[in-house]
Amino acid sequence: MSLSDLSATELSRGLAEGQFSSREATQCCLDRIEQHDSAVGAFLAVSGASALQAAEQSDGRRAAGTVLGPLDGVPIALKDILCTIGERTSCSSRMLANFLPPYDATVVTRLREAGLVLLGKTNLDEFAMGGSTENAALGTTCNPWDLQRVPGGSSGGSAAAVAARMVPLAIGTDTGGSIRQPAAFCGAVGLKPTYGRVSRYGLIAFASSLDQVGPIARTAQDAAMLLEAIAGHDPRDSTSVNREVPCYSRDIEADFGRPTLGVVRDHFGDGLDREIAAAVEEVIRVFRSLGGTIRDIELPHSKYGIATYYVIAPCEASSNLARYDGVHYGYRTDEPAMLRDLQQQRDGSSTSDDLDTALVRMYRQSRSEGFGPEVKRRIMLGTYALSAGYYDAYYLKALKVRRLIRNDFDAAFQQVDMLLGPTTPSAAFRRGEKVNDPLSMYLEDLYTVTANLAGIAGLSIPCGFTRAGLPIGVQLLAPAFEESRLLRAAHHYQKHTDWHTKSPPLP
Amino acid sequence: MSEHGYTTVIGLEVHVQLKTRSKLFCRCSTEFGAPPNTQTCPVCIGMPGSLPVMNRQAYYLALKTALALNCEIPAYTKWDRKNYYYPDLPKGYQISQYDLPMSRDGYLEISDPKGQFPDRRIRIIRAHLEDDAGKSMHDEVAGKADSRVDLNRAGTPLLEIVSHPDLRSPAEAKEYLTELKLLLSYLDVSDCNMQEGSLRVDANVNLHVATPQGTVATPIVEIKNMNSFRAVERALAYEAQRQYEVWRDTGQQLGDVPKQTRGWDDQAQVTRAQRHKEESSDYRYFPDPDLVPVCTTPEEVQRVHAAMGELPATLRARLQRDYQLDWYDADVLVNQGRALVDYFEKVATASGDPKRAGNWIQQDVLRSLNERGIVLAEFPVTPSALAELLRCVGTGELDTTRAKDVFQHMSDHGSSVAEARQALGIVAVDRDVLVALCRDLLADHPQIVQDVKNGKQQAIGALIGQARKRNPNANPARVREICWELIERMS
Amino acid sequence: MSLTQNDVEKVSLLARLQLSPGEMAALTLQLGQIVEYVEQFNELETDGVTPMAHALDLSNVFADDVVLPSLDREQALANAPKRDEECYRVPAVLGDE
Ligand SMILES: [Mg+2]
Ligand SMILES: [Zn+2]
Repeated sequence: MSLSDLSATELSRGLAEGQFSSREATQCCLDRIEQHDSAVGAFLAVSGASALQAAEQSDGRRAAGTVLGPLDGVPIALKDILCTIGERTSCSSRMLANFLPPYDATVVTRLREAGLVLLGKTNLDEFAMGGSTENAALGTTCNPWDLQRVPGGSSGGSAAAVAARMVPLAIGTDTGGSIRQPAAFCGAVGLKPTYGRVSRYGLIAFASSLDQVGPIARTAQDAAMLLEAIAGHDPRDSTSVNREVPCYSRDIEADFGRPTLGVVRDHFGDGLDREIAAAVEEVIRVFRSLGGTIRDIELPHSKYGIATYYVIAPCEASSNLARYDGVHYGYRTDEPAMLRDLQQQRDGSSTSDDLDTALVRMYRQSRSEGFGPEVKRRIMLGTYALSAGYYDAYYLKALKVRRLIRNDFDAAFQQVDMLLGPTTPSAAFRRGEKVNDPLSMYLEDLYTVTANLAGIAGLSIPCGFTRAGLPIGVQLLAPAFEESRLLRAAHHYQKHTDWHTKSPPLP
Repeated sequence: MSEHGYTTVIGLEVHVQLKTRSKLFCRCSTEFGAPPNTQTCPVCIGMPGSLPVMNRQAYYLALKTALALNCEIPAYTKWDRKNYYYPDLPKGYQISQYDLPMSRDGYLEISDPKGQFPDRRIRIIRAHLEDDAGKSMHDEVAGKADSRVDLNRAGTPLLEIVSHPDLRSPAEAKEYLTELKLLLSYLDVSDCNMQEGSLRVDANVNLHVATPQGTVATPIVEIKNMNSFRAVERALAYEAQRQYEVWRDTGQQLGDVPKQTRGWDDQAQVTRAQRHKEESSDYRYFPDPDLVPVCTTPEEVQRVHAAMGELPATLRARLQRDYQLDWYDADVLVNQGRALVDYFEKVATASGDPKRAGNWIQQDVLRSLNERGIVLAEFPVTPSALAELLRCVGTGELDTTRAKDVFQHMSDHGSSVAEARQALGIVAVDRDVLVALCRDLLADHPQIVQDVKNGKQQAIGALIGQARKRNPNANPARVREICWELIERMS
Repeated sequence: MSLTQNDVEKVSLLARLQLSPGEMAALTLQLGQIVEYVEQFNELETDGVTPMAHALDLSNVFADDVVLPSLDREQALANAPKRDEECYRVPAVLGDE
């Protein structure tokens, strides 16, 4: 048994009891990364030296009796979309391949203040746009359970790192399922908190009204501890909520009680993999045996979730990503070459186009070379949907359907405490399988996007394996700010099952 | 209607920088004139991950101004992104307001002191709060290929005030701007300095031409780059004439050609077409997801209203009512700003002579301030000192000429009335002394005495000059009176 | 409604992207498919539904008007692709008329 097999909760206890030091735990993670990350590719950057230094400082605090909290000294990985001062924050994009933020994201500040050891930055779909981490410009990440398969995305690097036992905890972000889906694909616990629960300051925006930062871990207990560390009001984020943060790690220990769990039968129809359906049915049986009541629920507008999401998210993204224009930071095209081309073409014709100046070319070429295909696709889609004459038909319509989707949840949560269903329609797919079919890739988000649209809390936990040995995830959804409910249910489930203890057969 | 038979129709869009310490969405300083790029942070550079939080004071100043412009304040307002690319716009969008601005449907009343146009109520469509862009500077030193970008100004709060096309002449446009600027200075919400860019004006103008077939509207032109109110007046006059000629030559009407933007060239005194970007109007507005709406209750509106203070229009009326000033005098005083009005009120009350106080302040005090290049707060003559001086004039103790000398001394040295008189040797002359003086004068000038006796009363005037030569403190009116009495007694 | 290559061309200019002929063709097709999929929500009656731009019902979030330190210039300009001692540099904004 290696230290890297321990959960964050176990590490926390071991550190407190003096069984090992943070330095040892950190070194163990670094060794594991050294050993396996060439195959998995979870990390874009590993900051070994500064991590060890931080670990030593933690050990110093422990010796001095000034521990910062339960996670002091516990290693963590960050999705490379959260700004870290002076350390490259790339979004796995050529555009930001050299970007050194002059500030820390609020979540990063909170992690440092809680004494966690930042181990490195993990890979993702470029600007968090994707569900396979294949749209990453700066690295390739594989599913630790089957290296031929994708880890899911966009927080694929974070989920893979946790699943591969390289780190007990990781931070992900979820705009349409980007924490829950890779957690399901990799056999990890992934929690998307309520919109506004965790500060977005320093999270590089994809779709601002949907983005949320959350934990990826191996157990619900670990996720609860991490959420406790990062949640809370931030005066620098106008959309962060000024509301007390519950003691999640204590709340989950409460009795399971007799919750009512809603199941949307429509979600078990065509399009859902039969093995996944069977695994989720088994989860239902477990919860029933624990004292839960199961009730069928309708979410009549959830089938419009993808359509709604793929209007709102690209619209916001098209504007959020306008700042990458090669002027103040980020990638700029080879300017002398661009000017030479322009001159040559000008010499050939006498007409001068208002919209074909050196500046406009600099913008267009920088952006086209700096962004990958999926990012460009979404920018195009969002720009189109917001452009003159289409706003009402697409964007405004989507905002209205979003309201209907939210109303569905409000009605459902009048009747049940939580909703339960598959996280994904299928298990991890092969790399390259969907890269040329964006729409089929988008449809993967079917079960997850509605929680982002409605702003409610959602969680995915491992609940079995396919015959091919791929993890399966079950999703629980709860009303806004009821993360405790989700974590408690997940914790009780994990006390009675052992799916979360399985580790991938890495060489 | 001009002599050619057309009416100039003008609407103005004014951007005013609000006087906050920090920017609209971050806490960088708004101080003007700092070295380039020394007042920026991740938020106003639009760095990845940064988020805006609205400045409470900026919203308050905007609300106060909107109320002073008689606008309605909707209960709910929100901010939208206006998307376009420009190097001084680091986020790639401006945070502005689109369909639900924070205020709408107000007005500003203007009247012309010269009486060129009747009193007008100019309707205001909306006033909304948005962030300013940085500055792009063309670099002529390093070659023609580069512009340099300074983001110090990026994120400064701006109030955009849009009028209806209610203005009918360049003079009206100038008066609207003057009155607006005065209002803003009374509210103390902006520095309104066109040179520093804290007040910027764009104009939309076209003509309504009377033809035998009825009134025809010419295409609307937007004019930019006007750097003073005078420039606005001239640019509009130029543009009206130009549009009339174009209409005469081409017959082009509104809708025949796309809206044109022209820049005012102050050197050449002409407007020039700017390159139009057909796509630039597609700003793809949508609600900014990083900001939340602002709701304002009637009670809050009431509170801001109550704290607004007296505004120019009310103040003009009150000065006329309380001090019996005529409209013109009240206007001159009010247009000089609140401080001068306060000064006036103190002098008027203490001297008991508002009319004289008004005249002295409009002429002597303002001239003195101008000559010295100082503001009222630096002016050494206190209201009570000036009032004392004016009382001396009122009682005849000092004649106007001597009083002006005293005033000059007080302005130069900060002296009291008594000190100034002492220094200038201006003392009251006893009647006996004056009578003796006049007797001597009459004895020395028998011809004048004879002339007066023959009915040439104005001949006495010559004696007054003589009297002041012999004793500078001799009061001309009293010299005249005594001489008259003595001559009468002679007969 | 399907998109034409001309639509895509126009949008690419609005978005300040320069697409290769290959990208243009692929995007015309893909965006067309996505838009067609999205339009399924047109079967929903949404008259009178309040649009939901935010996931939260927050309002009136303000910060006090106090000046805090800015970045120093070196930090501000550190990530600029092209700069001088004081400013960001870009191809002339006035174009080249
Ligand atoms: Mg504006
Ligand atoms: Zn700033």
